[in-house]
Amino acid sequence: MSADFWLGVGVTAGVYGIFVLGLQINVGFTGLLNLGQAGFMGIGAYAMGMLVTNAGWSIWAAMPAAVLIAVAAGLLVGLPSLRLRSDYFAIATIAFAEIVRDTFQNAAFAGGNQGIIGYDQEWRDTASWLLRQLAHIGLGGDTQLPLFIVVWLCFGLCLAGLKFLQASPWGRVLRAIREDEDAAAALGKNVLAYKLQSLAIAAALAAVAGFFLALNVTYLYPSEFDPTFTFLGYAVLVLGGFASYGGVAIGSVLLWSVMEGLRFLHLPLSTGQLGSLRFVLIGLILILLSMLRPQGLLGRKAEMQLR
Amino acid sequence: MRRSDSSLGRGGDAPPFASALWRRTPPIAWLAIALVLIGLMLTAVVGPTAAGQATLNGLVGAGYFALGAVGLTLVYGVLRLVNFAHGDMLTFGTYVTLGVTALGVPFWPSAAVGMIVTALLAILLDRVIWEPMRRARTSTLQLFLVATGLALVLRYSVQFFAGSQVRTVGLDTTSSLNFGPWHLGTLQLDVMLVGLATILLTGAGLRYTRLGKEMRAVADNIALAEVTGIDTRRTIRATWLVAGGLAALAGILYAASIGTINPNFGFTILLSLFAAAVLGGIGNAYGALAGGVVIGLSQEWSTLFFNTRWKPAIGFAILILTLLLMPRGIFGRKKARL
Repeated sequence: MSADFWLGVGVTAGVYGIFVLGLQINVGFTGLLNLGQAGFMGIGAYAMGMLVTNAGWSIWAAMPAAVLIAVAAGLLVGLPSLRLRSDYFAIATIAFAEIVRDTFQNAAFAGGNQGIIGYDQEWRDTASWLLRQLAHIGLGGDTQLPLFIVVWLCFGLCLAGLKFLQASPWGRVLRAIREDEDAAAALGKNVLAYKLQSLAIAAALAAVAGFFLALNVTYLYPSEFDPTFTFLGYAVLVLGGFASYGGVAIGSVLLWSVMEGLRFLHLPLSTGQLGSLRFVLIGLILILLSMLRPQGLLGRKAEMQLR
Repeated sequence: MRRSDSSLGRGGDAPPFASALWRRTPPIAWLAIALVLIGLMLTAVVGPTAAGQATLNGLVGAGYFALGAVGLTLVYGVLRLVNFAHGDMLTFGTYVTLGVTALGVPFWPSAAVGMIVTALLAILLDRVIWEPMRRARTSTLQLFLVATGLALVLRYSVQFFAGSQVRTVGLDTTSSLNFGPWHLGTLQLDVMLVGLATILLTGAGLRYTRLGKEMRAVADNIALAEVTGIDTRRTIRATWLVAGGLAALAGILYAASIGTINPNFGFTILLSLFAAAVLGGIGNAYGALAGGVVIGLSQEWSTLFFNTRWKPAIGFAILILTLLLMPRGIFGRKKARL
């Protein structure tokens, strides 16, 4: 097995890591059951792709603009739906994500089933420059290395930012809302505003994860953003543990090592069956962990509240 | 009417007749009137041929949406969660049915086997997973995660054994009948008749049988049902039995009316089932049946104006609008936040 293969797994784990950091701030720290994360990711990735290919923007300008668009989508979705009960909020967000995917598939502007391609030239130039620099220190051989480094660097930055926010008074209010919304409101906190901010941050993180997904697969296609992505995100969340940002990295690496490592067991199965088996395994992990160790492998039980 | 008359006689401030009528008319009658009015308006706009055809097609879909949604809404009462694995019960039942037909058994008897096996699976899952979780009073988050995990296990187990490719149901999908300017596939007619008959049967069973009343009571408020002396354990098991069997039937009807399926189809229509259940007021079984009819009709009516590709999006749009404008649904009662 080549190093490039495991670097590829590492890139996937990093993309999921950034994606799940957003779920963590919603689920683990605010108590919001956000099932629309794949929709925000799709909006971010498609916005970037279309700004580059249709509007001729530089990818470096398109990225922050796409983050803003995803944040706007988060606010737009959150403003009406955050007033709903938690299970209704969950349904509303997954419906939103499906509408987004349906739109990408059917609307003329999004390229339909052909998807979007050809937005990553500037990134590839940068990546080959990075590869040349890495060659100087003897790390030049692996083509996936630049993306791997950038993804995990970005994960680290997001992690540090979130940890800083969590330690701030703002983060304490979020947790107060998770524990008892009415008590937080009674203390004069604008609960809806805090929840909106939490959802907006999650949407921004989803958009960033979407950029790296787009750079990794080199084309955008509606089915990349189906709800399964969000559900796998929840599997990462359970593995890493609730209310722990650091746990997200461990959960993501663990999940993807197991998922991709399965192929080295040389089971007497077809490729399709192996693919199915991976998802059965994830399903079983979700069921067993939630029943036996609901706080996740590394989470703390005291930090699990959701209404 | 007689009872209201006598109360009018005793009370001094008699409400005007019109408002009494307004309050006495059940919501389902208003819904029926609204649907007929929309149907007439469509007839005026696009002509009777197109409107009638879309309505016929819509009634075919009404069957599987209603039967899928009624199980979802009854189970909501047991779990206090919209069951994300419900769509994959449709898939499971349909693939069991196809597996039995592959042995040479005719389609509809195989469908009966599929329904029974799915109902038994639903009871088994309650024993192994949901009952322990109910006893442990687990959080919404845990229930959601387990339901999601179960959905993945069911869907990909089916895919593991049956493959992910699109399968034909193996029925004659070409023969069709003409009713004046309208036409309908023979199979679609079967689906429509079986679907509508089962809706009526389910509605009557919930309304008039003791078990049906107990199931509605449990779905509405499990603690209150227990206090009134209902054997909730038995009722919950019966609820899973009905929900599982109807889910399988819904999947089978879907497969028969479309002609081809893949292992993702149950999950794909799950959101439309959510839409039907929420539209009818979640936890309200009649509401889910009526909601399913509304979803079936509106998806087909939408094709009169939009490309067919947008059909599923109509279900999502109805879901979101219902959640935002009247989260208790058409039939939901006013009650405190749960």
